[in-house]
Amino acid sequence: MSDKLLEVKDLCVSYRSNDEVVHAVNGISFDLRAGESIGLVGETGAGKTTTALSILRLLPEKIGVVDRGVVMMNSKNLMEIPEVEMRDVYRGEQISMIFQDPMTSLNPVLRVGEQIAEALIYHNKEKKSRHEIEKRVEETLELVGIPKSRKNDYPHQFSGGMKQRVVIAIALACEPDLLIADEPTTALDVTIQAQVLAMMGELREKLGTSLIMITHDLGIVAQVCDKVAVMYAGELVEQGPVEAIFESDKHHPYTQGLFGSIPNLNVETERLSPIEGLIPDPTDLPKGCYFSPRCPHCRDICRKEHPGEYVDGQHRIACHLFTGEK
Amino acid sequence: MLRYVIKRLLLLIPVLLGVTLIIFTIMAIQPGDPGRMILGENASQEAVEKLNDQLGVNRPFVVRFVSYLYNAVFKLDFGKSYRTSQPVFNDVFARAGTSFKIAFNGIFMATVVGIPLGILSAVKQYSAVDTFSRVTAMLAAAIPPFWLGMMLIFVFALKMQWLPSNGIESWKSFILPMVTLGIPYAGSQLRMTRSTMLETIRQDYVRTAKAKGVPQGIIIFRHALRNALLPIITITATSFGGLLGGAVITESVFSMPGLGTLIVTGIRQRDTPSVLAATIFLAFMFGVIMLVVDLIYAFVDPRIKAKYSR
Amino acid sequence: MNVMEEKAVRVRSKKKSKSAEIWKRIKRNVGAMIGLVIIIVFALSAIFANQIRPEELVTKQDVTVRLQGPSAAHLFGTDAYGRDLLTRVLYGSRISLTIGIFTAGFSLMFGGLLGAAAAYYGGQADNIIMRIMDMFTAIPGTLLALAIVAALGANMTNLLIAITISSIPGFVRLIRSTVLTVVESDYVEAARACGTRDGRIILKHILPNAIGPIIVQTTESISGMILQASGLSYIGMGVQPPRPEWGAMISESREFMRQYPYLMIFPGACIILAALSFNLVGDGLRDALDPRLRD
Repeated sequence: MSDKLLEVKDLCVSYRSNDEVVHAVNGISFDLRAGESIGLVGETGAGKTTTALSILRLLPEKIGVVDRGVVMMNSKNLMEIPEVEMRDVYRGEQISMIFQDPMTSLNPVLRVGEQIAEALIYHNKEKKSRHEIEKRVEETLELVGIPKSRKNDYPHQFSGGMKQRVVIAIALACEPDLLIADEPTTALDVTIQAQVLAMMGELREKLGTSLIMITHDLGIVAQVCDKVAVMYAGELVEQGPVEAIFESDKHHPYTQGLFGSIPNLNVETERLSPIEGLIPDPTDLPKGCYFSPRCPHCRDICRKEHPGEYVDGQHRIACHLFTGEK
Repeated sequence: MLRYVIKRLLLLIPVLLGVTLIIFTIMAIQPGDPGRMILGENASQEAVEKLNDQLGVNRPFVVRFVSYLYNAVFKLDFGKSYRTSQPVFNDVFARAGTSFKIAFNGIFMATVVGIPLGILSAVKQYSAVDTFSRVTAMLAAAIPPFWLGMMLIFVFALKMQWLPSNGIESWKSFILPMVTLGIPYAGSQLRMTRSTMLETIRQDYVRTAKAKGVPQGIIIFRHALRNALLPIITITATSFGGLLGGAVITESVFSMPGLGTLIVTGIRQRDTPSVLAATIFLAFMFGVIMLVVDLIYAFVDPRIKAKYSR
Repeated sequence: MNVMEEKAVRVRSKKKSKSAEIWKRIKRNVGAMIGLVIIIVFALSAIFANQIRPEELVTKQDVTVRLQGPSAAHLFGTDAYGRDLLTRVLYGSRISLTIGIFTAGFSLMFGGLLGAAAAYYGGQADNIIMRIMDMFTAIPGTLLALAIVAALGANMTNLLIAITISSIPGFVRLIRSTVLTVVESDYVEAARACGTRDGRIILKHILPNAIGPIIVQTTESISGMILQASGLSYIGMGVQPPRPEWGAMISESREFMRQYPYLMIFPGACIILAALSFNLVGDGLRDALDPRLRD
């Protein structure tokens, strides 16, 4: 059937309050094989975190609604399985998620070892004994480069980088098939960032874990990811293998803008070149292509019709510039 | 840790000094006539004035204050009540039990009712239970304790005759006062617990726990509550101060001989030594309670424990 | 207009409607609206009491109609001196509302100044101010107010003074912590880094963000003050009879409570409604001002 670990098809998510509906994710589709890593790139507010939360069904109750779409894993639609199954089988066990700020992600009054053990205790189908769980906790700590003697320390006794390692330890304790990392290194300084990323890479190789890496940093994407998906206003405007995204000459204007805004070490310029304009109001999305108000190549059709997808092997671009050519 | 305790106890001293000064000053605005009070209506004016001189009533403020402090600190002599001519602390200790019983009962009921409901409200935010609890809590917190006391007396003592309406003869006498203070404070405890829990539930580490697949119940108790408990305890202890004040009025409603009535009568009759002694005692006990609470805090929160051990 | 100017216009018009936005959110809160209505009713009764019932009725005694339950002639009945209870309760709203609002206002003013000074000057000044506040807080508020009233004499003005003084430490703490939180926040630091003058920072950044929690707390404290005032009047240490303060009226009704419970029910209900209404409004304000609430 499919060798794909995860298949997301036409996912639409909105946030509903009393006054308004925020269209956060507007029909995205991508997939992931076992062991593969995909970088989900975009500005703040593009809908990346919402996508991640939706996969694990961690959206705020009643406010976050999955309007339509399918998330297939192990031939099961995660959107339809009962909550109990989601909790017992998927969260923390088959799919783990780590968040942006390590400073606040750990419970300050519980020991670090206990927090890792928690992931194991609530996914203990093999009925491991307390002793075996403790051993596994120590193993996991060593795996992320923390001496097991620190098992009984509290989070405040660790530095930022080490806290994030603990978070990763918790996430990988049950050897999940998929790890979702939401900007895991944004809150860390660059040298620590490099260490953490390297460690994540090693662990992934060792365990064969797939990865969805959410980031706004194209450098990280280049380093870590096999595939890239560029997100804008809740849509995937471009996706493909990392080589295609970085080296092809065909790009969605937004992607071009992203690359263009990275300052070049070698060229002297006076001003940075940002992308003109702002991301659209998610409660009031523009007609036609969502990027049209800001697009330097915008044409009449862009304002009227939503673009289809131009497909070139694995490389997909949702833009009239390319679909027209066919 | 011990050093911290000692340091805190020592810090109480300036507070107590300040309290003494404040009350001394206030009472000095209208000094009254203790000589007359002790000797009675029929005593001659000279005798009264002679006694006043003896008591040192006419000395300048600073002299009186310093002398009071000197006696209190070095001789543990807080003077004699103008009303009873007995050492003040006889009265204070005799009545302290009643006041603290009322206050502790009140806070006990407030906590036992308010906190669990507050937690439930927070966990089931926006549900029917939540709305009902919030409304009831707000209503309860708006009820004046003295009025509630009188209504309770009316229903349970006068009409049903189940419980006594005054005095301190049996444990039954403490039930109505407990409810009188308990209900309004349960209201504020509920609201405060609810908002603290809500804030805690929003924290990132709760989200991490959920992403780990930890069951909801465990998240509430192990993650949210353990962290929420700390500010809840502090706020409870602080409102205890208000409770002590509320107990004053409650004692009046139920005619119970406690520190409150001592202070009220003392103020009315300008029995300064009694008022001073009772107030200082209350302030001291309050300070000790806050210290105990801070210690509990230090034990429960590893971050604070780390700061103070060694 | 280029994109930047467009954006500026959009931001500016969004700001103007902020108070409209807040009002809209409050309107949705049923409780707050009810509270507001109650407050308005009390306020109108207080202001227009003369129009509704002539003032002499407050103290007009008529022994022939004493202790009569509610009837057509006397909607709330009459008290032990034959005075019309409805009139007394009506005029009582003047007293309670005045006390509530003025004590809150003055405590906020004095407490606010002290708290802001403590936050601004920091260091020794902060220490001294807070130590002094600790001393006041060690005495239960009601007791402190009681002592002050006793020292100055029991009447409404002194009650006002007493409750204000006993409430000041709470406000000092509130203003100080609010100001400290805001002053240390990133956007203030950013404003400073841009070279914004101090005065402008206070006006445009500190005040608007600090004012929210302060307003909420102040509103809710009014209910506490109304309760405290009635409590003190109840034990005779507040507004004195024959002035129709609700707490004092309840105290007077004590000897008759067995057969004439309505004497304490009506004034009591008013105290509850008054205190409740300010709590409801305060709660509604809190929800409306909290930007994170509906995510």
